Order: sequence, then C-alpha cells, then structure tokens
Amino acid sequence: MIRINNVSFKHRATPILHDVSLDIAKGGVVALIGPNGAGKSTLLSLVARLQALQTGTISVDGLPVDTTPGRDLAKVLAILRQDTTVASRLRVRELVGFGRFPHGRDRLTDEDHAIVDAAMAQFDLTDLSDRFIETLSGGQRQRALVAMAFAQGTDYLLLDEPLNNLDMYYSRALMRSLRSVADAGGKTVVIVLHDINQASAHADRIVAMKDGRIVADGTPADILTPDRLEAVFGFRMRVETIAGKPFALHQL
Amino acid sequence: MADRRLFGLGLGAFAVAAAFLAIGLKGNIAFVLELRLLKLAALVQVGVAIAVSTVIFQTVTGNRILTPSIMGLDALYLFGQMLLVFLLGGVGYVALDPQLKFGLEVLFLMGLACALLLPMLRSRLDMGLMLLAGVVFGVLFRSLQSLLARLIDPNEFSVVQSASFANFNAVRTDLLVFAAIVTVLAIIIAWRSRHVLDVISLGPDAATGLGVNWAGTVAGLLLLVSALVAVSTALVGPVAFFGLLVAALAERIVDSRRHAVLLPAAALTGIVVLVGGQTLFQHALGSATALGVVIEFVGGLIFLLLLVLGSRK
Ligand SMILES: Nc1ncnc2c1ncn2[C@@H]1O[C@H](COP(=O)(O)OP(=O)(O)OP(=O)(O)O)[C@@H](O)[C@H]1O
Ligand SMILES: [Mg+2]
Repeated sequence: MIRINNVSFKHRATPILHDVSLDIAKGGVVALIGPNGAGKSTLLSLVARLQALQTGTISVDGLPVDTTPGRDLAKVLAILRQDTTVASRLRVRELVGFGRFPHGRDRLTDEDHAIVDAAMAQFDLTDLSDRFIETLSGGQRQRALVAMAFAQGTDYLLLDEPLNNLDMYYSRALMRSLRSVADAGGKTVVIVLHDINQASAHADRIVAMKDGRIVADGTPADILTPDRLEAVFGFRMRVETIAGKPFALHQL
Repeated sequence: MADRRLFGLGLGAFAVAAAFLAIGLKGNIAFVLELRLLKLAALVQVGVAIAVSTVIFQTVTGNRILTPSIMGLDALYLFGQMLLVFLLGGVGYVALDPQLKFGLEVLFLMGLACALLLPMLRSRLDMGLMLLAGVVFGVLFRSLQSLLARLIDPNEFSVVQSASFANFNAVRTDLLVFAAIVTVLAIIIAWRSRHVLDVISLGPDAATGLGVNWAGTVAGLLLLVSALVAVSTALVGPVAFFGLLVAALAERIVDSRRHAVLLPAAALTGIVVLVGGQTLFQHALGSATALGVVIEFVGGLIFLLLLVLGSRK
C-alpha cells in the first residue's frame, strides 16, 4: 500500500502540490491523469524519493520513503521517469541488467540473468539485446527503460508516461503487460497517462490531478464523463461506450 | 574483446616500465637502477592517480570533457600549499615533516573540493555552466595563489615548489611512501566502487531509483578524486590535460564505459603514456623536460576536439 498524507511541495516560492493525500492499495493498475504541469511527475518523484519531501509523509508498504535506506526501498519500488536519458554507452542487455543492481550489486546470478532475459523477451528486445542504447529508435529505447524497471522485480512500479514514443502496437502491448503483472503477479502499477482511453481500457482506477491537487478519483466509468473531463482538462468532449468501456472522443 | 585489449595494455605498460629501467643502463648499475626504480614508482603513481581520478570525476559529473584539473582542483591544491606557507612562515613550513605537510594539504584539498563541488552537483548544473565554473575556479585559485605568493617574502616563496606546468623530470621522491599509501588505498576503494560507478553513470535519478544514496556516494567519490589529485600534484605539479588525454584514449581503446574495464584501462594507459613518453624523451629525443609540454599540447588538442564534436557521451 502506498500512503501519501498531506503532501505539499514548493519549488523555491512556487507551490506545486497542495496538501495531496492519496492511498493506493496493493495490487492493480492506477492511472494518473491531468493536464501538463498538474504535478503528476512531481508527485511520483516524491513517492520514489527522487526529490526530498518538504511537508507531509509518504510510505510504501509501511516504509517511510524519506528515512528508509535507498537500497531497501529499491527492492520494493521501481520508477521510470518521464524524461530518462541514458548518457552512458551501454548495450540493451547491460541496461536491463541494472534493474537487478539493488538485489545483487556486483555479479548477476543465473536467476538474475533469467529475470533479465524474461524482461527483454516481454518487451520484444531479445533481438536488440546487443545493440547500444544510443543506436535505438525512441520507442525501442523507451521499451528498454521499461524493461529495466520491470527487471527490478519490485511489488510497486511507478511509470511516468511510459507510452511516450511507443506506437499503437507497443502501447497496447505495454498496457497489457502491466495488466497481467497486476493480475497474475499481484503487483501495483501507478502509471501517468495522457491517453485517457488507454486508462479507461486498462486501469482499475483513475486519479485526476489539476493545479497540484487531486480533483477526481474513481473507476474509469466514474471519471470518463463529459462533466468530469471538462473539469479536469477545461474543454467538453463526447464520451461513448464501446464494448462496455467509456471512451472519450477528445480529438473531435 | 575488451579483455584482450586490457591484456594488451597491461603488456604495453610492462614493456615501457622495463624499457624505462633498462635502456642506457651504465656506470654504477645498482645505484642508477635504484634511482630509476624510485622515479618509475612515482611516474606510475602519477599516471594511475590522474587516470583514475579523471574517470571517476567524469562519471560523477556525467560528462566526458571535464577533468579535476580543468575544474581547478590542482590549482586548489597549490593554493592550499601556499596558504600553509603563508600561515606558518617559510621557516615553520620547512621545519614541518614533509609527510605531515602532505597529509595536511591532502585533507585541506579534500575538504575544500567537497565544499565547492557538492553544491554544484546538487543543483545539477548543465555541462556548459560546470565548465565555465571550473575555468573561473581555476583562474581564481591560481590568482589567489599568486597573490599569496606576492604577500610572502621571496625566501619563503622559494620553499614552495610551484610550477606552471608539470615537470616529470623532477619528481618529489621524498613523498613517495606516503603518497603510495594514499594512492593504493584510493585505488582499492575505486575498484570496489566499480559497480556503483556504473550505476552512477546512469544519472542521479536512475541511480537513486536503483537504491544508491546519490549525495553520500558522490561526496565519497569526490573525496577520493581529491586525494588522488593531491598525490599527483604533490609529486609532479599541476597537469592540465593529461587526465583528459588518458581517459579519452582508454575509452576508445576498450570501447566501454563499464568501470570494471575502464578503470584498469585508464590506469594502464596512464602508465604507458607517462612512462613511455618519459623513456622516449629521455633517450630518443634527449630532452626529458619537454614531455610535460607535449602531453599538455596533445591533451589540449583532444580537449578542443571533444568540445567541437560536442561529445557529451
Ligand atoms: N525544477 C523545477 N523548477 C521549477 N518549477 C518546476 C520544476 N519542475 C517542475 N516545475 C513546475 O511544477 C509544476 C508541475 O510539474 P510536473 O512535472 O509535476 O507536471 P506534470 O503533471 O508531470 O506535467 P506533464 O504532463 O507536462 O508531464 C509545473 O508547473 C512545472 O512548471
Ligand atoms: Mg510529467
């Protein structure tokens, strides 16, 4: 369970988050949506202790993120940031292998190698495994980064816009993989999405943020209504139900 | 592949060391050999210290152009040395045990370097700003040093061996033992940190996500870099571009940024360039003092080349 209690955050004098509280139960896919600048990435980076907490508390499975040793947390929680760039000259296999670092540190065991291979297979990277990261296309690189977060083998997975650069095929494949690790593996996935229809199709719960606050929280059917969406995104869109799931026709 | 090249570098280092000891050996062989051994030990230390500190520094700052000396760390060391003369007076300074003096200078540099660099790394300056800050620091400390040099009287000034570039011909063999202890300890720590260094090279966020205590680890690594810079500066004086030259060469030779390969490759390349260069200049070209200038010249060219190519990788 991820517990976020009364978290506020400022960049110098600019307030970014206002008294955010959110509980995310173990197991399932939670989509975080909201307009640009709403504070989604900031919230995720606070949960993943990439930035220091200013006010409020956050704990993951009872471990307070600000005082738990980084390595212990890294076995429970993995994060993929929105704008990750890999500056180092690495092959795909090496990058994905870094996901095992919190567990072994030095040498990869046979088990680690098996996990790395499985993560690469899951994201169709096996053929690319000996390529250097900088020679990959944007979407292939993104898949390698997601595979690295997967290989970390944590119960909680925070993904900030992992669908960036992915084509329709791999977007769907990634969402289905997330669904299956949540259903079969009992994992908790928190994912920032801009494609609200992906959220509707694959998430159990949608949390909407705007201006540093949580403005809506519920099942896809609760959130995907013209009124709710207008309150979050500031314009009216049609919502149609197809195959039992609501879809927003925001392109019209 | 990388292993074979590493092995080749090892052979090369061994060969230049043998050549350095053996070529033109005449007269009182035991005496000459002892002198040469001492000098070889110093050169090896300097080569390794500069190479390893540069690689670690580049990993920590996330770029391939900055080196400790471009950031003015060696100037900082000389400034600390001058400050010590200023505070103690020339007589007091000379009276101090050289090992103790060196120890004080190392500690001074480690403290100051951390105090200056950590805030810069914390605020995640981009490379251009870092470079600019480094150049400014370098100039600042050089000027402060010469200001202090003017304030103290000429006799006292003469006790500080201070050169504007390195002299590989006049190494301070009196500091050798103490320096060797510092170097060996630093090398051991660097080697044990090789996996953490790999993770650090992914950047602060990814490293934190993988469970590395970024601020603490980086502070420790900077202390290590400072100690190594202090060793090399104390032994031969400031060397601006040697580290850059060696790190760039080593990376091209083994074609890897994995520290388990890169650290030894850089260290061996440092030995080959320094000891090999010294042997060449001493015997073939007959002017041993020119090596420092040539290394700086080639290193400087590489620096420009890297800047022009905009190589951040
Ligand atoms: N380093 C920073 N300095 C100042 N302001 C910042 C900084 N990082 C983020 N902000 C501000 O914080 C607010 C929230 O940013 P955040 O990245 O969390 O938004 P987001 O919801 O992830 O947006 P997006 O959908 O565009 O990724 C924005 O207004 C942004 O301008
Ligand atoms: Mg964001």
